Amino acid sequence: MTDATFLEYVVFFSAAVMILGGAVGVIIMKNPVHAALGLVLTLFGVAVQFVAQQAHFLAAVQVIVYAGAIVVLFLFVIMLLGVDESMDLSIEPIPIQRPLAAVMGVGIVGLVGAAIIRARDALDINPGTGVANASDTGNNDANVQQLATNLYGDHVFAFQLTSVLLIVAVAGTVLMTRKWPRDEHGSSADHESSDV
Amino acid sequence: MIAVIEPTWYLLLAALLFGIGAFGLLVRRNPLIMFMCIELMLNAANLTFVALATQLGDINGQTAVFFVMVVAAAEVVVGLGIIVSILRRRPGATADDLAELKG
Repeated sequence: MTDATFLEYVVFFSAAVMILGGAVGVIIMKNPVHAALGLVLTLFGVAVQFVAQQAHFLAAVQVIVYAGAIVVLFLFVIMLLGVDESMDLSIEPIPIQRPLAAVMGVGIVGLVGAAIIRARDALDINPGTGVANASDTGNNDANVQQLATNLYGDHVFAFQLTSVLLIVAVAGTVLMTRKWPRDEHGSSADHESSDV
Repeated sequence: MIAVIEPTWYLLLAALLFGIGAFGLLVRRNPLIMFMCIELMLNAANLTFVALATQLGDINGQTAVFFVMVVAAAEVVVGLGIIVSILRRRPGATADDLAELKG
């Protein structure tokens, strides 16, 4: 392990600023559309960190699945339901909620951070078999090939189960959000607009 | 040459991201924003997985991230379906209005 170059620190810290700035944006923006854009910033920052750690396939999937599909789904739902700007962040329904939440957040970061710093020597082991990466092997597809061998070898059963999960999720969502036709007796199968 | 920034930095960044996500989940009352905060926490976990996979030389960490992404996609589909069907019936509902399961 050599020392990190200046450029790598620049990449790390600019991506870190993107990630944390986007995350803060998500929780302080009043307008849900702005919050979704903050989420995009965070997800791109995470993708940059993946590239910096030679996880090229995951970086591509991160951009396509998260920043593409998931955020578009969020924006679609926001637009479908109408942007609600009346949400006033100064209203605190439970008076002590925010201080308690802040204590809990700082507590989590403090505890995990302390554990990480204490364990930093334990992390400094000699890498084992190694994660293949493009610049070491000279093979630009090294990461994808190694990941594919692992995924379709050791984890092929779990991979099959994810397809079941996706089918169940899609079928369940379609079933849940469709409007049921009213039956002949005039009563609605669900309580569509029948109660407040 | 593999990534040479110490994994401790990545882990600390992920811890901060997780903390922000958890804080947001507790203080925001718009169900959509709460959902985005869950995504933030999932991404913090992914960042930790990749950092340790790189450091420990074990590709299984990256496979785990792949599965987390699949589950996150399924979770978003189901969760947004629930949110749409709730908000269609009660526009502008916040998490405080949803204290009971009864429609």
